[in-house]
Amino acid sequence: MTALGRAVSDSLTMAHRSVRHSLRNLESLLMSVILPVVLLLMFVHVFGGAIDPAGGYVDYVVPGIILLCTGYGAASTAVNVNLDLTEGVMDRFRSMPILSSAVLTGHVAASVARNALATTLVVGVAHLAGFRPRAGVADWLAAAGLLLLYVLALSWVAVCAGLLARTVEGANAVTFVVLFLPYLSSAFVPTETLRPVLRAIAEAQPITPVTETLRGLLLGTPIGSYGPQAVAWCLGLLLGAYALASLLFRRRTAG
Amino acid sequence: MDDPAVRTVGLRKAYGRTTVLDGVDLEVAAGTVFALLGPNGAGKTTVVRILATLLPPSGGTAEVLGRDVVADPGAVRAGISLTGQFAAVDELLTAEENLLMMGRLWHLGRAERRRRADELLALLDLTGDARRRVKAFSGGMRRKVDLAMSLVGRPRVLFLDEPTTGLDPRSRQAVWDVVRSLGVTVFLTTQYLEEADRLADRIAVLDAGRVVAAGTAAELKRRVGTEQVELVLDEPVDRALAVLGGAVLRSDAARRTVRVATDGSAGDLRRVLAGLAAGGVGVATVALHRPTLDDVFLGLTGGTREPAGAAR
Repeated sequence: MTALGRAVSDSLTMAHRSVRHSLRNLESLLMSVILPVVLLLMFVHVFGGAIDPAGGYVDYVVPGIILLCTGYGAASTAVNVNLDLTEGVMDRFRSMPILSSAVLTGHVAASVARNALATTLVVGVAHLAGFRPRAGVADWLAAAGLLLLYVLALSWVAVCAGLLARTVEGANAVTFVVLFLPYLSSAFVPTETLRPVLRAIAEAQPITPVTETLRGLLLGTPIGSYGPQAVAWCLGLLLGAYALASLLFRRRTAG
Repeated sequence: MDDPAVRTVGLRKAYGRTTVLDGVDLEVAAGTVFALLGPNGAGKTTVVRILATLLPPSGGTAEVLGRDVVADPGAVRAGISLTGQFAAVDELLTAEENLLMMGRLWHLGRAERRRRADELLALLDLTGDARRRVKAFSGGMRRKVDLAMSLVGRPRVLFLDEPTTGLDPRSRQAVWDVVRSLGVTVFLTTQYLEEADRLADRIAVLDAGRVVAAGTAAELKRRVGTEQVELVLDEPVDRALAVLGGAVLRSDAARRTVRVATDGSAGDLRRVLAGLAAGGVGVATVALHRPTLDDVFLGLTGGTREPAGAAR
């Protein structure tokens, strides 16, 4: 087997392991699936009437809910990475002739799998709640591609948090940041309705362009410069977080 | 000539100004069981972590299977396995899944993975629990899974860092039985003298980052001296000390005991007792005392620390 073949094989093994973990960690899995659905129903049925009495809010809010749930799903990666470091299993992997950073790749792969499941569920429930996207196949594919990029970026950011945190509780804190950030974006309300300071924050963070691009792809609203911005944000975060994670991993495991 | 399985020369490790290892020289012949014996904090785990390529040394050299751990960690890793102090098992997986995962990481084929997992589950008496998640296992069973995982890749050198610490006597016996049956080079650390005595062909005693003694169990015992007779007296020790003179190795006024060197023969014992009787010293009981590794340990490490093994 070539070095690349071994690296791919090790990463697949680790992905297999992490996906199994996700499936067995039932509480956390249910949470990452139920939470977005509950939030979706709450936004549509509790706040939706006040925000848009005509009942169109479901279309507006679904992209935001999808991002909220992907963020949440990715954040648990931080905890999983941290658990591996604080328990003895990393020492075993590191003393074996394998690419030990494959552990991280495995966690990210599981994060993508978890999010694919949660997103599908949210879109399904949204449909029942009246979500009527006007997207063609190409739009759906583009939306899925952007979401994938977003999940990858967030997952690697979460990996960094997991590598930085000294304790599992610390790693868990990243979940709250990621859960909170969508509220300061165009995910739930148009940024024009925000006060200037909040609006500046909303426009300067990745969730607004990603939301607007998703919205445009699924519902046909104008995307404008949000599209390239969204891709730039995700790619930038992904590359930056990946590089940082590699550095942190080497440092954290250097004894 | 066969290379030794493990060789360290002047191995040093320091964190800032704290020296953990202060020039450790070790040599382990291939196919033997070697025990690094020492109290907590002696540096045993540090030695193992360096040898298992997890920790770079601050000085000196360390070779495993003839390869330098710093220059050629990949080659070292291909030939070793580590079972650390804290069971490195995946709790969310079953025992069987843990072994199959190791098989995949060693790039064994599907059939070979299956075969190896079954073989090791049987060896460690885990077949009945193979499909249960490790999370539900007792400490002893976890350690057995851990050991099985270490054996999947057929290591030539197996590092066991305190393999039986915290285990109940039955689990400890089970781990010992497996270790003895392996036939590969085993490098184990322990704070249990009994464990070193039972398992190891050679022992090195590590204390405060230095090897203070090395040899076979018998050689180490010999360093502490021959057999001894412990006499419990009917009266204070003073008269007995006067009668026996220079032959007394140790005495304890509170317990009214006196220890005398002996060759263990009946004649020698009779001479001692006759001497005491002639001096009018009353002896209550007599016990023959063979030097144990505890004696070695206490003698060599200053004796101020109570080794964990002594309490059992």
